Amino acid sequence: MKLHEYQAKQVLSQYGIPVPEGHIAANQQEALEAARIRGGKSILKAQILSGGRGKAGGIIATDCPEEAGHAAARLLGNSLVTGQSGPQGLPVNLVLIEEQVIPDRELYLGLLVEPSRKRIVFMASARGGMDIEELAGTHPDEIVSVAVDPLTGLLPYQARVLARALGLSGQLAVQSARIMRALYRLFVEKDCSLIEINPMVVTEDRGLIALDAKVSIDDNALYRQPEIAALADISQEDPLEQRAAQAGFSYVKLDGSIGCLVNGAGLAMATMDLVTLLGGRPANFLDVGGAADELRIRQAIELLLDDRDVKVAWINIFGGILRCDVVAKALLRVLEDRHPAIPIVVRLQGTNDAKARDMLNSGPMTVMLETELGRAGRLAVAASGMTGKKRGAAS
Amino acid sequence: MILVDDRTRVVVQGITGNEATFHTLRCIEYGTEVVAGVTPGKGGSLWEERTPVFESVEEAKRETGATASIIFVPAQFASDAIIEAVDAGIPLVVCITEFIPTMDAITWHRYLQGTDVTVIGPNCPGIISPPARCKVGIMPAAIHMPGNIGVVSRSGTLTYEVVAQLTSEGIGQSTCVGIGGDPLPGTDFARILRRFEADDDTHAVILVGEIGGSMEQEAAAYIETMSKPVIAFVAGASAPAGRRMGHAGAIIEGQSGRAREKMAALESAGAVVVENPAEIGATANRVLSSREVC
Repeated sequence: MKLHEYQAKQVLSQYGIPVPEGHIAANQQEALEAARIRGGKSILKAQILSGGRGKAGGIIATDCPEEAGHAAARLLGNSLVTGQSGPQGLPVNLVLIEEQVIPDRELYLGLLVEPSRKRIVFMASARGGMDIEELAGTHPDEIVSVAVDPLTGLLPYQARVLARALGLSGQLAVQSARIMRALYRLFVEKDCSLIEINPMVVTEDRGLIALDAKVSIDDNALYRQPEIAALADISQEDPLEQRAAQAGFSYVKLDGSIGCLVNGAGLAMATMDLVTLLGGRPANFLDVGGAADELRIRQAIELLLDDRDVKVAWINIFGGILRCDVVAKALLRVLEDRHPAIPIVVRLQGTNDAKARDMLNSGPMTVMLETELGRAGRLAVAASGMTGKKRGAAS
Repeated sequence: MILVDDRTRVVVQGITGNEATFHTLRCIEYGTEVVAGVTPGKGGSLWEERTPVFESVEEAKRETGATASIIFVPAQFASDAIIEAVDAGIPLVVCITEFIPTMDAITWHRYLQGTDVTVIGPNCPGIISPPARCKVGIMPAAIHMPGNIGVVSRSGTLTYEVVAQLTSEGIGQSTCVGIGGDPLPGTDFARILRRFEADDDTHAVILVGEIGGSMEQEAAAYIETMSKPVIAFVAGASAPAGRRMGHAGAIIEGQSGRAREKMAALESAGAVVVENPAEIGATANRVLSSREVC
């Protein structure tokens, strides 16, 4: 789960990490009032859960409160399309109005869990303000990483190594060590998966300030982070993805036309890969999960049918714990209720597959049965091509 | 075969739960020797009128000589269950449980340092050795057949798909290991490959990877030194970056997480990389007949 910038900064602030002064606004009037607190100049930042806001026009420097109010009115209630948001963009429901901070230098400080070292790792660079991925590509030697032993936490010498990497000395190095210890504590206590302060700025009179902040929380730990879980903003999620999350599926909307319903994440990815390899385009990733029953399968089929981009549905189940006849029963119920017009390719293998096929053989003609993975994939891709043509040509 | 054989004696942590009961019965049907269960508060009872239930893993090991544990307890308690098995001196721990917080995984990984304990999983289907008829996991037994191919995978049902393809090609398996879909699995590809390389019963290995992390690249570095052929598939070539694809560990963050980079690393290390998931069995057949290892 990602936090909005303003939420991330509130959490940082709770841990004593300096952030710019700012207020959140949901409408023009609130924005105007917030900007008046600032007096003259302020920075307006659209709160969406995506990077690349600056380039997309989501971050605006204003000279007076009235200008801030007008800028807020332009942003609020509209969608902002960034390089990372997808073509639909994300709705701007809140703007953050902050003081303008004049930086001397921009630094990068990040924390994440590194799988190969199985520890929390600090990343530091004196070249802040740019994309860290890009920096890793062009100047890998200018990023210093330090892995923290969970037994000791961040050690003083490690903080010194990181401060040197940031180009800090004297009082600034002391302050940075304090910030790093706080960040480590925050990361552990709030079950973070990522904290990125980019840039962390050096100011002439106020030392270090976290000018921008990204915080992501481990979804598996939300059960013990009720305060964080309450910060979730579902307006930033695709409506179909929201529905899938409520039903307990892993679902990711994609831009193709072949709706895939699969049990198991690996098989679901392999199904998408096969569709792509055969020249088709998957409309989604959907893993119904190991504990799926008839109701959940029905909900998943309906989710595919409610996606207007789906021109063919492909149900690909490898029955283990989940029995194929349960899937067949769920599908027959949906067919009876809704009489979907789109072709449905069904590939069932494993537990009770013969029984399931018998049940479906007497079903409507729009259901195409196949047992082998490759042939089922070709059927699905061919059907997606067919539906693109005129009806007459298809039959 | 690796990790489990016909002498493996299994203790089931959380045995009285519904899922654990269902899967433990399937393991016993297949031939696995399940010697004990552990459920705090239910010690002294008999599970399904056959297997003694103990209060702790330590007690279960002392009384029954268990050599391996399989964990079915809920995610909130799973980290504790892993550490309890380690403390009891169980050398092989298979954790089926999904959704364990990463911070917990950091803790038990640290705890494992300096021990000889092997943790398989979490969030995995477990281990099966068809020649020994030993299954410490939740995979459907019927698709397997005894033979000489090792399988190691980050997935569940995709592993079943691969195994079913192998079996339908007449290619049996020595051991199939699901290492799980979490970002910090207890055991990585390279460690399983090392065991397969040293195992006389295994003649070739199928590796099923996926997007996220850099475990496939680390495996590639070892594959370069292997004498046995490795056939690899990496799921998620069509997955978008930055989105989690079902598994907690399956998210492309950075270049090394991408399927293309992983496939390239495996290929340059000498593995036969299969792009089409429907052709893994057929490719294995081709590779094996050309090398005459079966």
